[in-house]
Amino acid sequence: MNPRVEVVAVDCLMLRLFDEIAEANMPWMLAASERLRAVFGEHLIDLVPSYTTLMVHYDLTELNPGQARELIAEALIDLTPNARTGGQCHVLPVWYDLSVGPELSLLSQRSGLSVQEVIRRHSGREYQVFALGFAPGFAFMGLVEEVLAAPRLNTPRKKVAAGSVGIAERQTAAYPVVSPGGWNLIGRTPAKLFDREREGYSLMQPGDTVRFEAVSHAEFIRLGGDDTPLEALA
Amino acid sequence: MSRLTIEASTPLCLLQDAGRFGVRHLGVTQGGAADWRSMAWANWLLGNDLDLPVIEITLGGFAVVAQDDCLLALAGADLGAQIDGEALAPWRSFKLRKGQKLQLTQPLLGARAYLAAPGGFIAPEVLGSRATVVREELGGLDGFGLPLAKGASLSYQGETLLVRELPAAHRPDLRLDAPLDLVLGAQIGQFSGQSLFDAFNRAWTLDSRADRMGIRLLGTALQYQGKPMISEGIPLGAVQVPPDGQPIVLLNDRQTIGGYPRLGALTPLALARLAQCLPGAKIRLRPVVQEVAHREHVEYLKRF
Repeated sequence: MNPRVEVVAVDCLMLRLFDEIAEANMPWMLAASERLRAVFGEHLIDLVPSYTTLMVHYDLTELNPGQARELIAEALIDLTPNARTGGQCHVLPVWYDLSVGPELSLLSQRSGLSVQEVIRRHSGREYQVFALGFAPGFAFMGLVEEVLAAPRLNTPRKKVAAGSVGIAERQTAAYPVVSPGGWNLIGRTPAKLFDREREGYSLMQPGDTVRFEAVSHAEFIRLGGDDTPLEALA
Repeated sequence: MSRLTIEASTPLCLLQDAGRFGVRHLGVTQGGAADWRSMAWANWLLGNDLDLPVIEITLGGFAVVAQDDCLLALAGADLGAQIDGEALAPWRSFKLRKGQKLQLTQPLLGARAYLAAPGGFIAPEVLGSRATVVREELGGLDGFGLPLAKGASLSYQGETLLVRELPAAHRPDLRLDAPLDLVLGAQIGQFSGQSLFDAFNRAWTLDSRADRMGIRLLGTALQYQGKPMISEGIPLGAVQVPPDGQPIVLLNDRQTIGGYPRLGALTPLALARLAQCLPGAKIRLRPVVQEVAHREHVEYLKRF
């Protein structure tokens, strides 16, 4: 870890902790997040974690840039990695099927693995939630096995169904709501990923872990899933 | 409770407040009035807290009819406002009697007008704010992110008796063409020397590809020479440079994280001015350090 503080805006500083994406970053990122929330207290407006950085947006009527830097330095004193005290582990049921995950065949071809094996490998790992972004509740998770990695589609789809599970490079994610998107789709989850009525709103929070569990079509429907084929959305 | 009925509206007429905070780590954008300064003055004219929900009217096409005697305030762009056909200049509060119609027609000066009501317009709080973000289906009159629509009813509960006008000395000058201040960011040293010269010495034209997520600037392409970036948090006003070299100023409804290098971020006062510029307008950028920008901003807030 090599922490640096960078200027971002009149009322924002970036704490950069790492230079590469890695699962091993997360305990440090979580620890730093907790400390920052504590030292800034009510002067913190927003804390935006991403893979290697934490953007601190503070109340500029209460703190000047120098004071904000001092608080960040204070948060880093004797920082020790957080052994995931805050992170929850979620199990997301997924109906892996070509009608809702057309790139299953592409990933199978690219990897030389059978579709069944692609599913087994995607669901056989526990993933870290690195960051949320793109849309409310959209969690960037990783890392998927190298053999399943695939670049984003050349032309993003105009409409991706809510719950769609996809892969881009070595990351995986599920779309909380219908939106445009360029990820390789492999299945669909019935889980409600963002809910304004739920405490905390988003099912997944930065630092959580996620495991995907393959379920049958019947189970997917029983859990409230919508099996409208992807092409019917276009 | 006082009511107004919307007689005309467009997808660019939105209920806004200061924005949604404390939820950006969940991928929820900030939203809020694009010209925060005019929103604040509109509220100030009624003695409101400065961040209460107002109507943001971009480019005009909006009309309301009073169902009760009302006292409202208008600030920001001159969108050719009229009460029953009679011209109404912005930066003042005014009476709208039962049955009278307030209409905002077309941009005469600036782009966004803000209409405020005593105590703020009533709407459900969603994730801590009433700000309408259409893409996220959050905020607005019904809470689900819809723009204001013809036939809908606006209501408020407060009461203000005094008609006020903003003193000329405090009135933002929407004709001002001074450069927009930009707080230099961390990647500034990784643009080519020529690009740094171009960024701050040439005029930029506002593209018509502009919305509440961002405004594209057209001009000499800028060259970033650093390494590709890993996505990170993006502040309000960030000036990011995608591979085509044409900068994009990111506004209230931007995505929360992104991976393009940035020159830095416009100051809040620069953003308030930018929000009043129409496509085709020419702007210039001026570098400023964070401490100076901070002092100027805090100084400005003392006016309210």
